Amino acid sequence: MSDEDLKTTPLTAAHRTLGARLVAFAGYAMPLQYPRGILKEHLWTREKAGLFDVSHMGPAFLNVIARTGDGEANHAAAAAVVEPLICGDIRGLKPGQLRYTLLLNKEGGILDDLVIGRPMSPARQGMLYLVVNAGTKETDFAAIVTAAGDRARLTRADDRALMALQGPAAGEVLAAILPASADLTFMTFDRVDFEGHALIVSRSGYTGEDGFEILAPAMVAARFWNRLIADERVAPIGLGARDSLRLEAGLPLYGHDIDETVSPVEADLAFALSRRRRKAGDLRGAARFADELAGGLKRRRVGLSILEGAPAREGAEITDAAGAVVGRVTSGGFSPTLEAPIAMGYVPPALSEPGTALKVVVRGKPQNARVVALPFVPHRYRRGA
Amino acid sequence: MRFSKDHEWVDLTGDTAAVGITAYAAEQLGDVVFVELPAAGKAVKAGEALAVVESVKAASDVFAPVSGEVVEANGALTDNPETVNDQPEAAGWFVKIKLADPAEMDALMDRGAYEAYLATL
Repeated sequence: MSDEDLKTTPLTAAHRTLGARLVAFAGYAMPLQYPRGILKEHLWTREKAGLFDVSHMGPAFLNVIARTGDGEANHAAAAAVVEPLICGDIRGLKPGQLRYTLLLNKEGGILDDLVIGRPMSPARQGMLYLVVNAGTKETDFAAIVTAAGDRARLTRADDRALMALQGPAAGEVLAAILPASADLTFMTFDRVDFEGHALIVSRSGYTGEDGFEILAPAMVAARFWNRLIADERVAPIGLGARDSLRLEAGLPLYGHDIDETVSPVEADLAFALSRRRRKAGDLRGAARFADELAGGLKRRRVGLSILEGAPAREGAEITDAAGAVVGRVTSGGFSPTLEAPIAMGYVPPALSEPGTALKVVVRGKPQNARVVALPFVPHRYRRGA
Repeated sequence: MRFSKDHEWVDLTGDTAAVGITAYAAEQLGDVVFVELPAAGKAVKAGEALAVVESVKAASDVFAPVSGEVVEANGALTDNPETVNDQPEAAGWFVKIKLADPAEMDALMDRGAYEAYLATL
């Protein structure tokens, strides 16, 4: 694909002005890094506030067509459209709440990970806000449209700008521009006015830090971005640091740490399986999950601390202490916070306990590693009471 | 100092050359976090993999710009890989190679030619 074929975002010009190095990612020209560099961008986000353009992702709204005057009933109708495709409890969301969930195939394999939210406003019940991954958005949206039939309409919002503001200063920075954002706690969202335009502001992210994800109409996106950048606590951060931040936070990357061959139980994401729906037996892959949870699990996603040598990257073999191959690294790199290499990968359950001594093979050389609990760097979310 | 199209530099003293990566290469790689160097005594051929340099993002091969025997590796890079970014064309040298064929130096660019080459990238 030549550069001319790449899609841009409403913020591409702003990135060029900031000196970004743009790379092709999921069909978009996206900033890999700015002149400060990945390492400093990473540490800046952990210490202050980093601003990311994630407009390549797939935000959308799903609206129930035949609404009644009963908000609860409208919400239940919207939930009934998406729940068969995913493993989470959407019906049970409170107004304003967001939930991390997984789109599954019939075997219980993960087709995507996504976030679904229920609007705060009583007038908007019967609508769901969804954000799916960039590389999977076409197939995800097609599956949702098919499932919705004539019951609900999907409206894509990936022509807007999606920004993430992440880091310990994010709350204060955003409150200075959008005072209403201070009322949000982790995994809640609301519509907030900015100069007469509606922004969708979520207290969520992909770094392990407190922060926000903000969906803005294209016409105000650059103005809003520049307002944030004008705060001296804010620096623009590229996809390079986004990856190292999420790795430290132990968060899986779709297509790397999780894919359609992996179940939520194997991926250590069983928390995303709705208890209500497991009881009701209406989850795709229910029999597989029951078997895995009853002792049939063959592999589990773990964190690995690499104790010596080079970073172990995606594809590197994991061996037991005796040198027998037991799994593979699914993502790995250098942790700027810990100043050491870290990785995630799959190993048999018997070798998945924190403290287990393993090895990773980098360019033919075995290096000592140890299973550690995820996340590598503690999450600092602003949770509600 | 001479330069390769793969962005290595070679600084010849007598029959032994210090080899490293150029400031341009270091800038492109970003923050170096790990360097894997060959052991002294290893025979290397021009154009073949000589070392591996790891940034936060990825691992990249460094190619031998000249053939010969590695007589010394820069052990200081093990503890301070960031030296590659800070002083790429000085303290950030990778190895010293005893040249097998000094005529190979003629195939490399001088600084003017290398800078002209960079301008085309």
